[in-house]
Amino acid sequence: MVRVSLFVTCVVDQVFPNVGMAMAKVLEAAGCEVEFREAQTCCAQPAFNSGYRDQARTVAEHFLTTFEGAEYIVVPSGSCCSMISHHFAELLPGDNRVHDLEPRVFEFSQFLTNVLKVEDVGASFDGLVTYHDSCHALRELKIKDGPRKLLQNVRGLRLVEMDTAEECCGFGGTFSVKFPEISGGMVRTKIDAIERTGASTVVSIDSSCLMQIQGALDRARSKIRTMHLAEVLANTLKAAE
Amino acid sequence: MKTPDVTAALGDKKLQLAIYSATARLGERRRETITSDHEELRQYAHDIKKHTLDHLDFYLEQLERNVEARGGKVIWAKDGAEACAFIQNLARKRGVKVIVKSKSMTTEEIHLNEHLEEVGIEAVETDLGEYILQLGGEKPFHIIAPALHKTKEDVSDIFEKHLHSKRETSPEGLTKIARVALREKFLEAGMGITGANFLVADSGAIVLVENEGNARLSSSAPKIHVAVSGIEKVIPRAQDLGVFLKLLARSATGQPLSVYTSFLAGAKREGEPDGPEEFYLVLLDNGRTRLLADESKRQSLYCIRCGACLNHCPVYRKIGGYNYPWVYSGPIGKILTPQFMGIEHDPWLPFASSLCGACGEVCPVKIEIPRILLELRSDKVANDPDRAELWSFKVWAWVMRHPKFYARLAPLALSAAPPVGPVKKWLSQRDLPVPPAKSFRDLWKERSK
Amino acid sequence: MTSRDEILSKARAALSRNTGDPVPPPPAVLLREGPTEHLVEQFTAALEALAGNVVVVKTCEEAQVAVDKALNGRTFIRSTGTRDAIAQVEVGITSADYALADTGSLVMFTESNESRLLSLLPPCHIAVIERSKIVACLDDVFRLRPLPGARSSAMVVITGPSRTADIEMRLVRGVHGPGEIHVIIIDDVTRSP
Ligand code: SF4
Repeated sequence: MVRVSLFVTCVVDQVFPNVGMAMAKVLEAAGCEVEFREAQTCCAQPAFNSGYRDQARTVAEHFLTTFEGAEYIVVPSGSCCSMISHHFAELLPGDNRVHDLEPRVFEFSQFLTNVLKVEDVGASFDGLVTYHDSCHALRELKIKDGPRKLLQNVRGLRLVEMDTAEECCGFGGTFSVKFPEISGGMVRTKIDAIERTGASTVVSIDSSCLMQIQGALDRARSKIRTMHLAEVLANTLKAAE
Repeated sequence: MKTPDVTAALGDKKLQLAIYSATARLGERRRETITSDHEELRQYAHDIKKHTLDHLDFYLEQLERNVEARGGKVIWAKDGAEACAFIQNLARKRGVKVIVKSKSMTTEEIHLNEHLEEVGIEAVETDLGEYILQLGGEKPFHIIAPALHKTKEDVSDIFEKHLHSKRETSPEGLTKIARVALREKFLEAGMGITGANFLVADSGAIVLVENEGNARLSSSAPKIHVAVSGIEKVIPRAQDLGVFLKLLARSATGQPLSVYTSFLAGAKREGEPDGPEEFYLVLLDNGRTRLLADESKRQSLYCIRCGACLNHCPVYRKIGGYNYPWVYSGPIGKILTPQFMGIEHDPWLPFASSLCGACGEVCPVKIEIPRILLELRSDKVANDPDRAELWSFKVWAWVMRHPKFYARLAPLALSAAPPVGPVKKWLSQRDLPVPPAKSFRDLWKERSK
Repeated sequence: MTSRDEILSKARAALSRNTGDPVPPPPAVLLREGPTEHLVEQFTAALEALAGNVVVVKTCEEAQVAVDKALNGRTFIRSTGTRDAIAQVEVGITSADYALADTGSLVMFTESNESRLLSLLPPCHIAVIERSKIVACLDDVFRLRPLPGARSSAMVVITGPSRTADIEMRLVRGVHGPGEIHVIIIDDVTRSP
């Protein structure tokens, strides 16, 4: 049995707990043994991206200690996953623990398609769905087809592409509050593209992007809902006994 | 940290549409022309640039030797003032009154036109977009499409006012008006000034890439040709050009090759019927050797000014070219400006990015723009931290290392955060999610019971 | 210290190099192979896609007919002329040293002693070339002429008519250079009667 340690990220832990639960459910249904290490907190990205490397480093160290010995670490966020697998090395150059960790950290969809080789989890979902590529998943982790395949195999789900799926939603961490007008302009362009598809649901693999998109949809009084991929895949899926 | 006011640009619907459609079109054309070996070409270009800049002193000396062997002169300019002074003096000595110029970001960088005007020399921009802007008293909005924010009606207004032409709102008609007006200047000018897309060390040559023909005219119609180039533009061999010319044309405008590529080695030679009688290459430092010293950011100098990073930048596409503090806008401007001017000049600049990475993905010479932005952010914090922000990150880091406190404090912070500061800024644009009753860790604990 | 020495010494200091330090060879040159057959057809297709005109003829006599047809009674200068004379005519007629099949480009060196301005100032450019001048791609020119500046002060690659898209991204031909290009390819000069 594949043993998986969840890193749910601080955003999912505190704001979108159902995404974490859904992820656990899908992984268990796919035959994994899932654990959650309570000492986990954050991937350090907020400080790293804001230029506070010293502070980020201490949080990265905490992460390394927390996940010592974990076989696989699965993350419901392309951005946090990339922070660990691509940027820890910049914070802690020459640290062997980082080197050792990198090949064991996976974004959730990537873990399903690349490690478990699962493209159909047996879920069903009724509706027209469009997929938003989150930037770090797409450009740093090269995740593009995997989530789409997983969605296409969901019974009842019809996937429709928006014309600018690869364009940033404008979240960008502290960018969203340091440059609110630009960030707001970006997300409004995004929701225009989403609306043009006629989809009733937008799916992504990053809760932060979805928080930005949902926030703008709500502000525009749109009926379109956002869902994390894990939530779609966990839909009407019987949890493994 | 003070940030610029971008509300005017964001609120201008006409401008938004112009930027969005022009950049989308350029981006689309780029995608249509890139070939399956694109990655290999990018890597080659990156490696060549790396090799050349890592041994820049050697290639500059080789270039100088070869330019002079072909009858050209090399002028070394530490800064803009030296470059401008040389050109002013040369023009004065040769009695030049009118100069034709073809689009060059480097001469924008050193404000050459203003310096020439001061001494009574008329310097005419001859690229159509630049000409429109010069008449209208504006600066380039985009590296490749300098007047993309102007409508044909705007252009007609400018031509009516300054050229006394009749109302004309077809791009064809407007282009004809400019052709006629500029043709006179080309034949009248005593000197042509160009930039250089590449400097070729083994040939002592400069390379000019363009679509209109104004760079060819500027470099072959007048008696004197002066090329002004940053020292970083050198490449080792003419044979490297095949790759660079393809990358540049595809990335900039989505063409297989640009219309005109001029490979110019020195002045007119014996027996040749035309061409400039004197050729000068002004090699400009203006801070470039300082950038060179920073090994991890040195690649900022690899830029071939194709503009692809602007076309793909969601921030540029919102705020346009006039909200950047220096001549270089978009992602490349965000990394060049702080390095040329000092991070203290516009400390907000590297932060004005969502770090989406689109720029790095399209850059034909593979400059890791997002990584450099992150380094610049860290440089800013190291030089001049914002006290309040520093403390909040210190507290944050402490909490994140103490899971028990984190588990208790985070829900409190979320539910009790007053709508000021960042929360207020968030709410200025979009709604916030309702905090959940239980965190994941609570739910997990319950489930495991 | 002169500006030259100052810039060079700053560069050396930045790179931790000393005067005369050896330089490893640059990465091996990457020259691509282009198409090997149907060069005329490819050249024609590429140039026509850019709104250029291509005529293929068998003999020099036929070429003259094709030139006359393209000229259509307009004033012209062939090979050389003074700047002011060239600025007055409607058509410039030149040869070309190479033509590139994959992009529909003409490559002209100044050592051929033709005026550079002939392919630039008049609104129309007619180039007459022999079929043997067509190579696959630009890299072939760099293979044949690794130092293009050795015998010529200029090498110009012309790919289609002069164009701009500076006003509302709308394509307009003939902004500064010729808006009209005709290339007449003579099948094989050596065997023409
Ligand atoms: S940084 Fe790269 S993409 Fe941007 S203008 Fe320069 S070469 Fe082009």
